[in-house]
Amino acid sequence: MGTANILIRNNVNLSGPADGQPMVFAHGFGCDQHMWRFIAPAFADDYRVVLFDHVGFGQSDLAAYDRVKYGSLQGYADDVLEICRELDLTRVVFVGHSVSAMIGVLAAIAEPDRFDRLVLVGPSPRYIDDGGYVGGFTERDIDDLLGSLDSNYLGWSSAMAPAIMGNPDRPELGAELTNSFCRTDPDIARDFAQVTFRSDNRADLAKVPVPCLVLQCSEDIIAPRSVGEFVHRQIPESEFVVLDATGHCPNLSAPEETVAAMRAFLR
Amino acid sequence: MVENPPDRGVVDLGALELVNECAEDLYDNAPCGYLSSLADGTIVKVNQTLLDWTGYRRSDLIGRRRFSQLLSAGGRIFYETHYAPLLHMQGAVKEIALELVCADGRQLPVLVNSVLKQDKTSGPGVIRTTVFDATDRRRYEQELLAARQRAEQAEGRARLLAQTLQNSFIPPAPPRIPGIDLAAAYRPAGRGDEVGGDFYDVFETARGDWAVVLGDVCGKGAEAAGITALARYTVRAAAMRTRRPRQVLATLNEALIRQNADRFWTVVYARLRTGRGDAPVRLTIACGGHQPPVRLGAAAPPAMVGTPGPLLGVFDEVTVPETVVKLAPGDVVVFHTDGVTEGRRGREFFGDARLHRALWASRDQDADTIAARLVQEVLAFQSGQSRDDIAIVVVKVPDRDG
Repeated sequence: MGTANILIRNNVNLSGPADGQPMVFAHGFGCDQHMWRFIAPAFADDYRVVLFDHVGFGQSDLAAYDRVKYGSLQGYADDVLEICRELDLTRVVFVGHSVSAMIGVLAAIAEPDRFDRLVLVGPSPRYIDDGGYVGGFTERDIDDLLGSLDSNYLGWSSAMAPAIMGNPDRPELGAELTNSFCRTDPDIARDFAQVTFRSDNRADLAKVPVPCLVLQCSEDIIAPRSVGEFVHRQIPESEFVVLDATGHCPNLSAPEETVAAMRAFLR
Repeated sequence: MVENPPDRGVVDLGALELVNECAEDLYDNAPCGYLSSLADGTIVKVNQTLLDWTGYRRSDLIGRRRFSQLLSAGGRIFYETHYAPLLHMQGAVKEIALELVCADGRQLPVLVNSVLKQDKTSGPGVIRTTVFDATDRRRYEQELLAARQRAEQAEGRARLLAQTLQNSFIPPAPPRIPGIDLAAAYRPAGRGDEVGGDFYDVFETARGDWAVVLGDVCGKGAEAAGITALARYTVRAAAMRTRRPRQVLATLNEALIRQNADRFWTVVYARLRTGRGDAPVRLTIACGGHQPPVRLGAAAPPAMVGTPGPLLGVFDEVTVPETVVKLAPGDVVVFHTDGVTEGRRGREFFGDARLHRALWASRDQDADTIAARLVQEVLAFQSGQSRDDIAIVVVKVPDRDG
């Protein structure tokens, strides 16, 4: 796959100085790169900002979706590495939200030399409780989530996909595009929910080769504080910052606080 | 002259006063649930309708619960990963299906809309949410979902049935014929979820005496499949009673006519005698409406061999011409259906010239490679998507030293 294809496949968008240190933002389960709209611009003066959509989401190339490859988080990590190689990025600051925190962990373990630091926003190495480990969810909760996904994708039709995927900025399509930042093919959404919530990356944390910032929200039911502390303890070199922000998306609900914590870490 | 009709737009003001809609009553007893929460989700106001539906007391909720805490486990994840982000990105969310967990643990299916009211002067803003009881609608949607899943399963079963049926029309692997290099290839059209009309067969009728059959019934689907089955087994049975290709095809024609199927058949039938000792390999070819096969040799360029004859299943009596050819070591005969020559790219056909060039280029290869390369070329010509089935049988007499 050539350069153009990878950049199109993952809908890669670049901003900031071309010679700046690269900062790669990866969105989590649910939505697309718009999740960074309040964060990324704050770094575009100093950093080479790289935004992308995971395959299957946002305006990525749905035809590139491969159930086998994306049946594990490693498949998504491989895409991150491919993007880095295509753009010839080194000293990368990787910012991963939610499940993409673990995708960044896997990418950094695979090619340590490419990464400078990781910023993990609301990370969880395993969502389902396991013995003494409290992830916060049971298997049944995840089945229940798949039901919620099904109930909310009745409006999806493959005929609409081109409109959604191809014209996000055309306001005349506004009515059809409601919720499009967080909508994709229902089968892909189910697959990503499964791989997100049924993965176990606890053993990978000890292998993280670069300094990390763990950004923890005060009250986050997706990634509870005990999970954030676990991540912090397991990663050899990490800082742990608890934000006043509540919920799972401080990048949207508390962008100033999030940016400030990142700046302090990167200084 | 028509009188002006009474103005229906004017309503008796006295009646209006009787309705006496005050804003407070409108809010509390609206036909939908109302709920206001802070940006972090903490509930600050809720109407009576929602309390009635869920069985909570006002004091259970105000300042004590977040909206997401009223949701089922899956709904909570969906809220945090989809609903809240959308609300922040769009300022509003519409028509999200969730389940409220009521005070008694019962789940209430609802449709939820929210707007984020960001007031620059009063801080972080407030989320206004309306909740609609969607119990019946959700039941209906679940039936639709189940129907879709059943349809997908049925489609899968139909495809499996088509493939199984199709596989019964072609031998699992071509038999081994002593002294002959034989290969076959079959490629169904499109997604392979329909039974095609192409078939081939190779079988022994007596020691050293073989039949090579390849045919194409007009059309596709179950009815075409029935005719294909009839034809395949009729040919097998007829070939046991007579060695003459034209008689086998006459019997097949009669069976098709009696079936009254209103479909015609094209078929090429070849009797293959492997020869004993120094006797050469001999082919007796009969074409019932089918394209004659192509023959080529180590030094002999590709050319059609055989004489086109009448379609089968159309005329009560048919006489199909026979052509006898002797094959020398290195000779190749290729039987094919029209999926090869009529493979299309726009208005252009794959055609005989391309077929001959392709065969000439691979004449030194073994039969398997010749068949595989031909399929590859035909598919590549059509950008990987063939509109018609492709069936190919390759008979090669190996070089003596090979």
